[in-house]
Amino acid sequence: MALLEVNNLSIVFGGLRAVDGFNLKIEKGQLYGLIGPNGAGKTTVFNMLTGVYKPTSGTFSLDGENLTGKKAIEINRKGIARTFQNIRLFDNMSVLDNVKIGLSNQKKYTVVESILRLPRYFKEEKEMDEKAIELLKVFDLDKEKDFLASNLPYGKQRKLEIARALATNPKLLLLDEPAAGMNPNETAELMDTIRFVRDRFDMTVLLIEHDMKLVGGICEEITVLNFGKELAHGETSEVLNHPQVVTAYLGE
Amino acid sequence: MKKLLNKKNIISVIVTVALYIAITLLMTSGMLSRQYQSLLVPVGINVILAVSLNLTVGFLGELTLGHAGFMSVGAYTGCLFTIYMDLPTYIEFPIALLIGGIVAALFGIIIGVPALRLKGDYLAIVTLAFGEIIRSVFTNMNITGGAGGLKGIDKTTNYTMVYVLIVITVLVISNLVKSRHGRAICSIRDNIIASESLGINVVYHKLLAFVVAAFFAGVAGVLYGHNLGILKPDTFDFNKSIEILVMVVMGGMGNILGSIIAAIVITILPEVLRGLADYRMLIYSVVLILMMILNASPKFAEYKENLFSKIKIKKVARKENGDGTIRG
Amino acid sequence: MGFIEQLINGLNLGSIYALMALGYTMVYGIAKMLNFAHGDIIMVGAYTLSLVMTNLGMPPVVAILASVIVCSVLGVTIEKIAYKPLRNASPLTVLITAIGVSYFLQSVALLIFGSNKRKVDSAITMSGIKIGGLELTGESIVTLGITILIMIGLTLFIKKTKIGKAMLAVSEDKGAAQLMGINVNQTISITFAIGSALAAVAGVLFVSSYGFVGPYTGSLPGIKAFVAAVLGGIGSIPGAMLGGILLGIIESLSKAYISTNLSDAIVFAVLIIVLLVKPSGLLGKIRMDKV
Repeated sequence: MALLEVNNLSIVFGGLRAVDGFNLKIEKGQLYGLIGPNGAGKTTVFNMLTGVYKPTSGTFSLDGENLTGKKAIEINRKGIARTFQNIRLFDNMSVLDNVKIGLSNQKKYTVVESILRLPRYFKEEKEMDEKAIELLKVFDLDKEKDFLASNLPYGKQRKLEIARALATNPKLLLLDEPAAGMNPNETAELMDTIRFVRDRFDMTVLLIEHDMKLVGGICEEITVLNFGKELAHGETSEVLNHPQVVTAYLGE
Repeated sequence: MKKLLNKKNIISVIVTVALYIAITLLMTSGMLSRQYQSLLVPVGINVILAVSLNLTVGFLGELTLGHAGFMSVGAYTGCLFTIYMDLPTYIEFPIALLIGGIVAALFGIIIGVPALRLKGDYLAIVTLAFGEIIRSVFTNMNITGGAGGLKGIDKTTNYTMVYVLIVITVLVISNLVKSRHGRAICSIRDNIIASESLGINVVYHKLLAFVVAAFFAGVAGVLYGHNLGILKPDTFDFNKSIEILVMVVMGGMGNILGSIIAAIVITILPEVLRGLADYRMLIYSVVLILMMILNASPKFAEYKENLFSKIKIKKVARKENGDGTIRG
Repeated sequence: MGFIEQLINGLNLGSIYALMALGYTMVYGIAKMLNFAHGDIIMVGAYTLSLVMTNLGMPPVVAILASVIVCSVLGVTIEKIAYKPLRNASPLTVLITAIGVSYFLQSVALLIFGSNKRKVDSAITMSGIKIGGLELTGESIVTLGITILIMIGLTLFIKKTKIGKAMLAVSEDKGAAQLMGINVNQTISITFAIGSALAAVAGVLFVSSYGFVGPYTGSLPGIKAFVAAVLGGIGSIPGAMLGGILLGIIESLSKAYISTNLSDAIVFAVLIIVLLVKPSGLLGKIRMDKV
């Protein structure tokens, strides 16, 4: 059974079918790419998969459990985490606290325990700190843990978003243009990091990307979206040479 | 227990106790004039109000304009309780404080559950509407004494009680803020969509902030009633809510110590500068506008950030044993 | 007074709310902010009317014109000084600033005119008419007529003129409008000018009906006008009209049949119910956030 199964997912905005009959199957441990020209509906797919938008029709399931139409909070708790195209960090909070938000739901101490500073508060806060720093180390962000998130340079902000999403302990990680605004060196480094994350956390990754080098370099399979519809899918190298895909990207 | 005995906590305790002793000494030695002594309780009440409002405005990032409404709910509940109960004061008064807080918190839930689904401006207007409705209702009820006011309340509140309650308020709210729940509250302020994507229950945490703030507003109300001995609905009008808001804004949103200082300054200033009394509202309004424009100005933000990051860098550098190399 | 008279009373009051709500709705729709000071501009308009008519002895037409000009200039100035620097700030910041402006206007008026209310002669010289047993005052007729005219005029202005279309564009998407060559700042300024002019007219009609003006005259009606705008669906011109008139009638009827003291509470309760049941208002649209 595939980890993520999307069947015929569609959404209509005021008469416009932004995504039309989208299908997807991702196996556990895969690095999967979703590509397509601007406005093809890629982020809209992410928004449906994470409960920001309710699909008009179609279904999707994670690990066999139907999650269609569930709220964002519930979908995250079921195991889908994401990053955003336009970075959405908690700007006025420290880098460490950004990650600790992601860990929040795994801890049990109550409001009363935190107000009275009972032992479980200290125990679980310590666990959160340790876990958060471990995650930050993966992304080489541990030295900046006390910085305000907004004070990080752009590339590091993108990494922090990934670290924060991973903190929620997901089964599937959705990355929306993780390399946007990065220079070639940073992109290369990011590719290593994504592979490392997959191996280390046993993660499945679905990513949207425009940087074909990144897509070609790390994705095993891709789906191409154009005007809300699937244009092609399959092994990365094959799909990228598909004549229709070339046309969609480069024009006639 | 060991974890509670860190340096910062010990200093806080010492400062808190020393401040109390210092003010007590000033009072008993007569160095603090009668006029200033009479201000201690109102100052303290405003500190509680400002710190609690900061939880919703500063940390949660939602503007509520009905804080005076919650205060009045607590005030009337607590004062009616002590008027109609015949218990010794030392039993009756703590219960009154608790009941006042709880009923205000209940109103916080009643108004919060539906209202917190609304965004920004709408929430502000709904809480404003709530404050006005409450005031109208109290004006028209018999048990509250109507517009003439509720009279015959024991003047139980004293400086020590207010001081203890300030300490409790500050402790509860700052402990709450520095917990997973408090972080969730702040994350909602910073980016609600990201919060939801991380599985944060936005409704619950908004309500939590709202209810805790309402609780302490209610407690402040009980203290207020038992200080003056009379409650009039018009005291708790929109202007009172704005006055508390000015304290929060002036002290810095999300800054508890700032709220405390601003509450003290704003309560004392009109008394010290009697001539300024006529200009009070004018000054408030100019402060509000200027603070907002300054905070939004990139230049000012840069200046503040520079100041801030210098402090941060120093901290980090010190932690790294003076190694001082900071990346990024 | 009978039911019909109460209804007419409500219609009169409601027309004034509607005029104010139009200003609120325009500013909210285009600048995306709740201009809390809108009600206080009404107060400024009323004071101007009274000063020009009583102290300068000018005819009502001149006084009305003067208050329209004063309010428009004031509205644009406020926008330039207080709101423009906050174009990209959070809604919380803008709202707090607007509250600050509202208090600023009130306190300045308090310092200049004192807290005593000032008597104002009606600017409307038309006499009332009687239909059967019903008496319609001149103020009622003029208020209703002007409100309807302004609503039609405003709708045409937005649909037909270049500036009106620019306003629509800015309200949809500021960034895109700018890319299309629309001067966003200018459009917002014009919006404030028109909104404030409407507030001036509302102020004139309000004091003509009630005969008094004080520093806080605009505050409560201003908030109620916002309630009206929300009730009708914020951003919608016919919505503001409908919301205003409904609110006026509700207030008038609850004063007559329930309790004078509770009428404000009822008006606010209506707001809360509407926001809970249909947050987009009676004629409003639902908007989706872009992620």
